[in-house]
Amino acid sequence: MRIDIRWHGRGGQGAVTASEIVAAAAILEGRYALAFPEFGAERRGAPVRAYTRISDTPLVPRTPITNPHIVVVLDPSLLTRETIEGLREGGALIVNTRLSPGEVAKVVGLDREARVAVVDAVEIAMETLGVPIVNTAILGALIRATGIVGLETTLKLVRERFKGRLGEANVEAVRRAYESTHIETILPPQTA
Amino acid sequence: MAVAAEERLHVERKKPRPLSTNSAIAHAVKDLDVDVVAAYPITPQTTVVEKIAEFIADGELEAEMVHVESEHSALSATVAAALTGARAFTATASQGLELMHEILHIASGLRTPIVMSVAMRALSAPISIWNDHSDVMNARDSGWIIFFVSSAQEAYDTVIQGYRIAEDSDVLLPVMVAYDGYVMSHTMEPVVTEDRDSVLAYAPKRPFPYKLDPEKPVTLGALADPDWYYEIKYQIVEAMRRALDKAREADEEFGKRFGRKYGLVECYMCEGAKSLIVAASSYAATLKAVLPRAWEEGLKVGLLRLRLYRPFPEDLIVDALSNVDSVLVIDRAISYGAPYQGPLANEFSGLILKHGLGVNLVSVVAGIGQRRMVDDDFLKLAKLAWEARTVRKPETIFYGVRK
Repeated sequence: MRIDIRWHGRGGQGAVTASEIVAAAAILEGRYALAFPEFGAERRGAPVRAYTRISDTPLVPRTPITNPHIVVVLDPSLLTRETIEGLREGGALIVNTRLSPGEVAKVVGLDREARVAVVDAVEIAMETLGVPIVNTAILGALIRATGIVGLETTLKLVRERFKGRLGEANVEAVRRAYESTHIETILPPQTA
Repeated sequence: MAVAAEERLHVERKKPRPLSTNSAIAHAVKDLDVDVVAAYPITPQTTVVEKIAEFIADGELEAEMVHVESEHSALSATVAAALTGARAFTATASQGLELMHEILHIASGLRTPIVMSVAMRALSAPISIWNDHSDVMNARDSGWIIFFVSSAQEAYDTVIQGYRIAEDSDVLLPVMVAYDGYVMSHTMEPVVTEDRDSVLAYAPKRPFPYKLDPEKPVTLGALADPDWYYEIKYQIVEAMRRALDKAREADEEFGKRFGRKYGLVECYMCEGAKSLIVAASSYAATLKAVLPRAWEEGLKVGLLRLRLYRPFPEDLIVDALSNVDSVLVIDRAISYGAPYQGPLANEFSGLILKHGLGVNLVSVVAGIGQRRMVDDDFLKLAKLAWEARTVRKPETIFYGVRK
């Protein structure tokens, strides 16, 4: 049993950190996990991909993920057909956006069944952190929509990663996103 | 009660924690109580030495961190420290290893028992920050023991095994622990670390026996005229031979103490296989996950994972090759103008001839400069390996290149 997560963000939004926190949570919960970025010469604002693989066994490929169970999008400007490339039937799409799940499905041209979860992570990040760094907020949405790792394990790791007041602000971002995520199962368009 | 508490502590200690391969190596250095670390702390240096610097600053490791002005100096300082009897370590990658090249030979020629980690990366020009094996392949004839590791856990364990082997008075050779840059160096994964007492009980400090000491002056590395130079170099040949047994013994003893052992090579899904793929580091890890799909398609292809590269575990490899009709060797470096352009393929070609093995060889160069390889690409390689049972492929295949 393996779950592959592909993260789409922009340099500076913290996609890599988020991918690592989820892997770390899975490891602390006793599973095997890998987190690795798609490496470019990192530049702020440039599109970034990161990957998390969670598995019951250490037999896990160290290749870029082409058929994810879950796609997480940290920046709404990255919502294109390409974002859901290879997303598995019945998979999940987690998006930082003000759009509704149905609107997201239209934008990306969703042609298979998927759980679509949306959260306004920018607003949450601005109110909790004061900066539009959305990686911790999106973690709340991911956990709410998929239950992939435990909320408490994740909050513990967020506190370790961001020390002191910043840690508490990020914990608040995760919690608020967890509470305000809106999820819908989108069915494929009816064929005539 | 006391026993219960101790047991809990043990279980707690054995719980894996999330670390990158770079961090895992730094932890190994800390747990080995290394005395001196020399590094040139900018690109292409790895976060290995950053993490070690943190351990020193936090008082978790009592060691001298020597900041030098180049990798040439980094390795020079590491060699010199080891020659005074200290346990010394350094880390590098890519161009850094190239700049060290002169000192690589001095380290082995002086029989210096040091360990160095290498996050394998492509070489300039053009500039690439990405992964392949060009750096280490250029160092393969420098008299170093070379390990390729496939996980952060194995990197941690092999750095520890490395000191046990290097400092053995029957060996006294430097050890390189190489792993895929980026693909492994920056990947977070579960790692169990051990306590320092257990690590030092397994790999007690055995300082260089002819150490530099002002009280008892000696000269090391002096001029050797044609009457002696050859013998001194030949001693490295013999030490390499002995290193093979010592590496086997180090791995077995590690397994007894810590419950993890790897073998010098690993044959995976070899039972009943008619073809083998030879791969190292992250590619071997990926193949383990992908090969079951090949078997589902009727391709009986096994994996021969090269873990120890120098000394070459010839007998084990010949054993594995004796049962198959074809072998596909993946090289992630190019030997320009050579008969096969993959350096490993040339060695396997020689091995097949030397032992009269009826095995068809396929030489594949792949992943140069971290050219993207996804699971399906590895399946295609399994297919190539399988086809080679009946069809000879005399030329190196440059997989994934645009011609």
